[in-house]
Amino acid sequence: MPTITSENTTHPTLIFWIIVGWVGFLLVPWYGIEDGFFTFEWLSDGYPTDSDYAPGAFLIGQGKKLWLAPLLLPLIASLFALGRAKSDPLFAKILISAGVFGFCWLLMQGFSIGLRGWQFGWLEALFGPLNDRQFGMGYGAMFLASAFLFMFTQGIAARGAINGDVFVVSAISLVVTIVTVFVFFPIARLLIAAFITEEGKYSISIFADKFFDDRIWGIQCLTSGIKCGVAWNSLFLALLVGVITTVLGLTFALVVTRSRFKYKRNLRALTVLPIITPPFVIGLALILLFGQSGTVTVFFAELLGIQPTRWMYGLPGLLIAQTLAFTPIAFLVLIGVVEGVSPSMEEAAQTLRASKWEVFRTVSLPLMRPGLANAFLLGFIESMADFGNPLVLGGNYDVLSTDIFFAIVGAQYDQGRAAVLAMVLLTFTLGAFYAQRFWLGNKSYTSVSGKGDAGVHPMMPRRLAYPVYTIAAIWVSFTIVVYLMILAGSFVEIWGINNTITIKHYLTAFSINFEETGVRRWTGSAWGSFFTTLKIAAIAAPLTAALGLVTAYLLTRQDFRGKNAFEFGTMLSFAIPGTVIGVSYILAFNVPPIELTGTGIILVISFIFRNMPVGVRAGIASMSQLDKSLDEASLTLGANSWQTFRRVILPLLRPAILAALVYSFVRAMTAISAVIFLVSAEYNMATAYIIGRVENNDYGLAIAYSTTLIVVMLSAVGLLQFLVGRTKIGRRSSFGPTAV
Amino acid sequence: MAELTKNKKAASVTFENVTKIYGGDVRAVDNISLSIEPGKLVTLLGPSGCGKTTTLRMIAGLEMATEGKILIGDQDVSMLPATDRDVSMVFQSYALFPHMTVLENVSYGLKYSGFDKDETRSRALAGLDLVGLNGFDGRLPSELSGGQQQRVAVARALVLEPQVLLFDEPLSNLDAKLRRQVRQDIRDIQQNLGLTVVYVTHDQEEALAVSDRIIVMRNAAIAQEGTPRELYEAPVDRFVADFIGEANLIHCQIDSVSGETAEISIGKMKHTLRSRGMQPGPATVAVRPGRVALSSPATSNSVPAKILKSTFVGNHMEYVVDTGFGVIFAMSEAVETPFDTGQDVGLSFAKSGPVLLLAE
Repeated sequence: MPTITSENTTHPTLIFWIIVGWVGFLLVPWYGIEDGFFTFEWLSDGYPTDSDYAPGAFLIGQGKKLWLAPLLLPLIASLFALGRAKSDPLFAKILISAGVFGFCWLLMQGFSIGLRGWQFGWLEALFGPLNDRQFGMGYGAMFLASAFLFMFTQGIAARGAINGDVFVVSAISLVVTIVTVFVFFPIARLLIAAFITEEGKYSISIFADKFFDDRIWGIQCLTSGIKCGVAWNSLFLALLVGVITTVLGLTFALVVTRSRFKYKRNLRALTVLPIITPPFVIGLALILLFGQSGTVTVFFAELLGIQPTRWMYGLPGLLIAQTLAFTPIAFLVLIGVVEGVSPSMEEAAQTLRASKWEVFRTVSLPLMRPGLANAFLLGFIESMADFGNPLVLGGNYDVLSTDIFFAIVGAQYDQGRAAVLAMVLLTFTLGAFYAQRFWLGNKSYTSVSGKGDAGVHPMMPRRLAYPVYTIAAIWVSFTIVVYLMILAGSFVEIWGINNTITIKHYLTAFSINFEETGVRRWTGSAWGSFFTTLKIAAIAAPLTAALGLVTAYLLTRQDFRGKNAFEFGTMLSFAIPGTVIGVSYILAFNVPPIELTGTGIILVISFIFRNMPVGVRAGIASMSQLDKSLDEASLTLGANSWQTFRRVILPLLRPAILAALVYSFVRAMTAISAVIFLVSAEYNMATAYIIGRVENNDYGLAIAYSTTLIVVMLSAVGLLQFLVGRTKIGRRSSFGPTAV
Repeated sequence: MAELTKNKKAASVTFENVTKIYGGDVRAVDNISLSIEPGKLVTLLGPSGCGKTTTLRMIAGLEMATEGKILIGDQDVSMLPATDRDVSMVFQSYALFPHMTVLENVSYGLKYSGFDKDETRSRALAGLDLVGLNGFDGRLPSELSGGQQQRVAVARALVLEPQVLLFDEPLSNLDAKLRRQVRQDIRDIQQNLGLTVVYVTHDQEEALAVSDRIIVMRNAAIAQEGTPRELYEAPVDRFVADFIGEANLIHCQIDSVSGETAEISIGKMKHTLRSRGMQPGPATVAVRPGRVALSSPATSNSVPAKILKSTFVGNHMEYVVDTGFGVIFAMSEAVETPFDTGQDVGLSFAKSGPVLLLAE
């Protein structure tokens, strides 16, 4: 008999968090450790009295940082909740007020007092100048903040929120808190930065000046030879790429699902390419083909007897590179769409005497329309957010994502301009994201009932088949050539100028010296960034997967108020271009209360929130395959929601977990747009290193390094396929009995 | 090995004015009060969407009542989540955990009820023994037939010896022959162990066969409650009459009422039956097809009728008959001497055949 023991004794979770709170206040250093989060020299370096390493309580004892003292109140108050019954109204009241007060005070003091004392003029006017200052928060503040957060969640759970389920309430609050801190807070900082003048004052007019700049919105190019605004450039490119990738994606989807083409399974391998290819690698390959000394350019120049030109840099090159890079994404989306059109509808149309072509035109295509729009919007967002290709191939064709970068790192160093550009970019991508979710959200005609449809898809009508085959064949061979170029380029001295075969680039990057003593020395220039990348990606991957799966669990299995807003918030970071994340992180986390720039942690965090939507999607997709009655059975058998999550859902999701792990690992290795703002001398990432090589015109090394990355990631994906293939559980049983 | 003995914890279930509202305005259950005695098997019967499954899930704690009070035994459980209620449930899809063996499935709940390892194992094995699955403990659910999976689900719920055991359409995934067998097994176990069982189904035959009492639901409310016999023989209204077994609904005239009995006329036919508190005037009677008697024309107290359609369905005959007061559906066991389509016959009702329906 499950006697309800939690009625009278205090739940161990609460005791745990109260202890964490006290440890945070009494024992561990309050402020961030300058040498890094995971260094522990401070233990032997003046702790606990040295004010750099002192815990909050010691600081107050020394008469410093007195504004931390009020934090003792909620900590002490929380002790009064111990020993009280959960149903006692005072239990909830104590925990809620302690949690809210503690958390808010922690935030307020953090934002009010910074490196130069008071952060806001009115505070100084009110309390007089402050002769003290504080740095970024460290272990102590982090522990205490978590303790207050979970005290609060236990309080509202005791009041009956979500059936009093502590695990669910805590999980929701945790996700909301960290998404707020690491997505919404930086974006807010970015928006504010657009209104700040050079003197640090707020001003609307400075924003208006920067926003209505001709460099952003100018349309002179229509009438004269002057360049158009970057916003128009980006928009035009994104629209083109969206349309072209959708058409090509549909072409491939038709070949794979509706033709007798023998090797269509191999075509699916195309979908892996964008996952394992760093975004700018396509650009590099195109330079080898179409650049000034590129093979194709030189060939035609000699043929026609003209001077080779830089024709490809700018719109043509960007268009080719982005189409190559993002067509597989549209392909992936559209396979599902084309397969999802119920064959019985098409068969019905056929029995009603429509010819194959008419069936396609009047039934199949209209049913695919929402899917096509979806693919277009994805291509649009990807093109807008792309940073690597414009950096390598952009030439004089400026786009938003690279302009943001040059506004920050270039000679101009104009935070305001970067912020304004980021706002414009964000508006475009969020607009597309919004359209995708709310306008298309309810318009899917594809069947997802899971019930077997006995029909088969008709083959493509002949009128459609020939052009489709032709386009697909050309595109596939082009893709193959591009990837071969990457491989070939890595083995050539200097492409187009000195075509000697060599492995010197690999040696420069990855040489290892064995000394006589047997010590290995990683002498290659790329090893440092390579190991950093592996380390950061390996740390970020499990965190991303965990956060994604917990969020997916909350979205598919729990009902709570504000669930739609919660879903929108967690998926939002998908639509925020990496460059915007990068700029906003620099603005938000360079100063207290959260100081992270220059650390490895900020890279890990940026990966977690950039890739979280991927984990969420993987989780949602596989969780909605699990019948809800499995959870309910577990609950009625006396397991609580945490035990259910751990013992029933997680084991059944093993393939999804693996996929999320590998995918976030690989994405962390290929990312460039946010990373390039956040890398430091100590924590340099592979992609940033490669871009650096490209800027020095050291293409050979860049391409050799890229090839290595592709091989590493290909093996990661291969390993995944191998592992997932082995962990399959009997399908039939996971869907419940099918006999009727 | 532990024996599953008579359940001493079997408890009553009481609903006091319970309402469940989804999404602000959809009333899935509207102000229901009911009480289920301990040790009885009570069926919630009704068409899909009538609120029976929601009612069941509120007993389980998988849904919380929007208003009203739910008691199990004497304890108010209205705010208690499923985990903390001493109730277990057999799901329509069985919901066996596909990654656990049969034994692990059956032990799952025991583990969270604080039994030690040996006790858990012996209780789980006893449960499997009870449902006749000795020796299947090492298999995965996917290696069992539908009927076996169903029995594992029952064992998993049984071994917790819950205060109340819930069944959500447990037979709907089994084929017709197996259904009869399994429902008898469930009934036997329930009676032997003295369990309180709440059983949801939309199959009236199943409900009649297994229940001590039946609660017929319609549009989120209770239409009628009673023993199977009461419901069959004295339905309160058209809905219940038609839902429990088939019924001919015929307009009639109540000529006179004296105490408990009433005289009615259907066309030229006279009949005496229970008045059920009705007053003279127009009314409706329900007549089961099996209680319509067909004979040669001009038999006494019969009305002339004509066979419109005659169907042989194996163990009985089905007739569609045209009478002066409408078209009647009749069944007859006289397979040897059938009437033919177009034949003239005399039609009468068995003595206890027609039942007055209460005014709606």
